Amino acid sequence: MTELFPLKVRGAATARRGKMLVGPVDLDLCGQKACVVIGPNGSGKTSLLRLLHGAARLHRGTITWACPTDEARHHQSFVFQRPVMLRRSVLDNIAYPLLVHGVKKPAALDAARDWAGRVGLTEMLRRPATVLSGGEQQKLALARALVTRPKVLFLDEPCAALDGRAMREIEAILTDAKTAGTKLIMTTHDMGQARRLADEVVFLLGGLVHETGPATTFFDHPETPEARAFLNGDIVE
Amino acid sequence: MIKRLLAGVLVAGLATAAHAGDVMKMAVTTSFHNSGLAEVLLPEIKADLDLEVQLLVVGTGQALKLGRAGDVDAILVHSKAAEEAFVAEGFGTHRREIMYNDFVFIGPKDDPADLGAATTASDALQKIAGAKAVFVSRGDDSGTHKKELSLWRAAGIAEDGFGDWYKSVGAGMGAALNTASGIHGYILSDRASWLNFGNKGDLALLFAGDPVLFNQYAYLPVNPEKHGHVKAGLAEKLEGWLVSDRAKALINGYMIDGETLFVFNAE
Amino acid sequence: MTDLWSGLAQAFWLVVTLDAELVEISARSLQVSLTALVIASLIAMPLAALLAVRRFRWRRGVIAILNALMGLPPVVVGLVVYVMLSRSGPLGVLGLLFTPAAMIIAQIIIVVPLIASIAHQSLRDLWQEYHDLLISMNVSQWQKMKTLLWDARRALLTASLAGFGRAIGEVGAIMIVGGNIDHATRVLTTAIALETGKGDFALALALGFVLIGLAIAVNLAIHWLSRTEREGRW
Repeated sequence: MTELFPLKVRGAATARRGKMLVGPVDLDLCGQKACVVIGPNGSGKTSLLRLLHGAARLHRGTITWACPTDEARHHQSFVFQRPVMLRRSVLDNIAYPLLVHGVKKPAALDAARDWAGRVGLTEMLRRPATVLSGGEQQKLALARALVTRPKVLFLDEPCAALDGRAMREIEAILTDAKTAGTKLIMTTHDMGQARRLADEVVFLLGGLVHETGPATTFFDHPETPEARAFLNGDIVE
Repeated sequence: MIKRLLAGVLVAGLATAAHAGDVMKMAVTTSFHNSGLAEVLLPEIKADLDLEVQLLVVGTGQALKLGRAGDVDAILVHSKAAEEAFVAEGFGTHRREIMYNDFVFIGPKDDPADLGAATTASDALQKIAGAKAVFVSRGDDSGTHKKELSLWRAAGIAEDGFGDWYKSVGAGMGAALNTASGIHGYILSDRASWLNFGNKGDLALLFAGDPVLFNQYAYLPVNPEKHGHVKAGLAEKLEGWLVSDRAKALINGYMIDGETLFVFNAE
Repeated sequence: MTDLWSGLAQAFWLVVTLDAELVEISARSLQVSLTALVIASLIAMPLAALLAVRRFRWRRGVIAILNALMGLPPVVVGLVVYVMLSRSGPLGVLGLLFTPAAMIIAQIIIVVPLIASIAHQSLRDLWQEYHDLLISMNVSQWQKMKTLLWDARRALLTASLAGFGRAIGEVGAIMIVGGNIDHATRVLTTAIALETGKGDFALALALGFVLIGLAIAVNLAIHWLSRTEREGRW
């Protein structure tokens, strides 16, 4: 079994057109826990996720998984704020990551059907993915991300545009995934959701890690005045 | 489904039809083809020799070029000077005269230049130039075009003496006739193309009969020493047929609207 | 105007009596253009997909050239192919000049830029949509291309049909490289040019109507075929 954790991030930074998006960041993450990244808009949450996933270029510093980085990439999935729907049926969308990584078609379709059931999409296997509602699309994106049984699941504000019910359904799926051994690394603006899902919290401010720690400690006794203000809903610059 | 369809199209498309018997390619002039004589001769050749002659219908200039490049096995054209040069340069083995037809002057029925009263071809051209009547020239370096230019020279009218009334259209006989019909112009045409032309409109035959208007067709096999792949044997077989009594009867007997078009004169 | 009516009437009779010559040249038109279309699509589609997913130094240049080549004058293509395939040209030994194969080659050259350009536009848009997802899934270059080509197949069909329209209606190039030889390389368009040259406008128009009808029929047939296997409404 490939072990990805502990993940050591040292002085990692990414920039675009000379402007620093996030970093330099130092971070140590271990598996089995849900890590929630919070912070105001523009604090670099999405950039941090992309950087850890390897989807953004590392300009400085190092990101070291417990296994070689290429191998680590194979055990990760990413769910975007606005889900990307392949112009295929629901079933084919979920089976897609298995098929491109060499799983035989019948096995891939069986797994896809299974995951469609877990996220409650069994009724619409044959429907084109693009006609689903926002909540259904995000559930599909989750199933598609989880069908490969990743060790790490990155989620960038997965419930940003969803109503309460869809949000609860997605949180249930995420909790199941966590229980099954998938490390969640997600961003959210919803502090209620952060409290419900997080085991550890990373609070970003201005592209830097401002405060980090176990969720209970952070939410109940934030150390820095900025974190306190942010949790109170005040504007933090 | 889609894959099988595509494969089917590919196979059907690339499979070239297998020909029974021999096939050769011959470049002929537009005027010869437009006469309709080819449609009489080719089936007979096929029947007598089991030889399929594929015709490339082009201007004399292009026909000679095809022969030079070795892209055809023989040519049948009507431009004596160019043909002799072709043989002299070694591209053709020899030149064999087969038959002749004649050129005629066509123009608007109301005949503003009074071509009807012309006595010779030179006289006719002088009348056109004198009246500055619209004249359509093939202008495509074809045998007919070359003939037309030599007639102008013989009439003592230099090419730089042409004014706006001289329209060089750079097209085949039929297209040039279409143009003449459209702009009410005079034009030099071979008789066969004229008789077969379907869009006569206001045009009429106004002058013919001067011996300088005779149009000699000759057959030139492409020299296998220049191009090893040409089917010299088939070209020779075809030549034998073209000068035979059988060809003579078919050529002399070919008529449109009761008029004889070609006179067989092979020796 | 009378030519137009008698052309229509003649077209009607040629079709209902299944005139042997008409059937022959129509079949050859289809054979040449469909073959050219299939081969051109097999070249143009992967090229378009590659241009969409791959960033390389000359990419913009290639796209600009493809766009410019959409307006490639068929006569020039015909001449170039002619010179190449002529017995005294570099590919003369193949003996392809004045055969349907030469016409297919010319049509491929004419329609590849057209199909590739149209296909590239839709694939580029789809790639923008898919980019983040496929990158995050570690999908190989080849699979990215395959995914784009499959998911954009409707748009690609339109690109192909545009190519077919250009191929079947083309006359300049195939006249030069095919030679319009009766029973060998004569197709609808060259026959139309020939009959126009003879001044037989009615017959030329009749053939023209048949050509238009054929183009419409092929379009409908392909749309119908692709609909029979549809899974969704893209």
